[in-house]
Amino acid sequence: MIGNLLAGMLNKGAAQGDYESIATLSVGSGGAASIDWTSIPSTYQHLQIRAILRNNRASSETDFMRMRFNNDSGNNYFGEHILQGNGSTASAGANGVSTNNATIYPITASTAGSNRFAFLILDILDYASVNKNKTVRYLSGYDNNGSGEIRLGSSLWMNSSTAINRITITPAFGDLVQYSHAALYGIKG
Amino acid sequence: MPATYENIATTTVGTNTSEVEFTNIPQTFTDLIIVRSGAQGGNPGNMSMQVGNNSYDTGTNYSGTQLYGNGSSAASDRFSNDSRWYINYNNSTGQTISIYQIMNYSNTTTNKTMIGRNSDGTWYASAYVFLWRSTAAINRVKLYHFTNNILAGSTFTLYGIKAA
Repeated sequence: MIGNLLAGMLNKGAAQGDYESIATLSVGSGGAASIDWTSIPSTYQHLQIRAILRNNRASSETDFMRMRFNNDSGNNYFGEHILQGNGSTASAGANGVSTNNATIYPITASTAGSNRFAFLILDILDYASVNKNKTVRYLSGYDNNGSGEIRLGSSLWMNSSTAINRITITPAFGDLVQYSHAALYGIKG
Repeated sequence: MPATYENIATTTVGTNTSEVEFTNIPQTFTDLIIVRSGAQGGNPGNMSMQVGNNSYDTGTNYSGTQLYGNGSSAASDRFSNDSRWYINYNNSTGQTISIYQIMNYSNTTTNKTMIGRNSDGTWYASAYVFLWRSTAAINRVKLYHFTNNILAGSTFTLYGIKAA
């Protein structure tokens, strides 16, 4: 057996500023209707969202979320392509040609075991480009000790001329509950 | 000022070993990431993981859901009420690259979720979501092979990510 490693003795930090925390939402006891990051600086190459999420949708183990950029509510999104495993079956699908939001599945809801949150790791590469449509990829899922799913997804914002400066993520039903946590990071190229 | 994405500790296995540990993990980060590049001894078997707060939880408090491709089809399975996380089933001695991410590991209010991605050039590509049914903060992690050894030359690196 390898001897214990005293974590923290080796402090080889990454170069300052390559991967930076931009903003964080920690949901308090009153809940939150949405995640809304505004005035996102254009000084990074890519963005990453890292989150644990749960909402209060009644009578359901899961819910999904809608995502928009720059408050664009026009039919300028391709909702999602996904590869999913639910513990017994792997499946693929697509949803939402020219819709008014991208979709992200799943988040846990009221009938999931207590204190169980879904995770989300979402990447937006070249978010500040004024020459490319914006592609989103994400890894998400939850386990509920006998149920659950894991999902790889992608979606598209069909706007090639505008940098993303705002990200709004809203549960389809209900509000995010306390202890949900979402962090936005910037990665420099 | 500490970096947002920081290397906490790294180990390279010098002699075949049954387990690798990270202990006394600082509670100052938001997420942990464990990067593994390594191989295991022959015979099929599961790489496994246990976590805990000052001691490893050996109760049946671990579960997970997997999505994988084996070169000819995609499939999904799960395990429940187990005494460990099965983090990578590997039927070869080839090199496997794995990234495990433990979200919000230091809070004392939520059950702990870990995400795993494994890539093995001769076996599976897989993604997992894991659950530890405990609200305790995690300050130690053990990766071990259930039936064989972790081979010399394997590397394990622990990173911390800190949200604002």
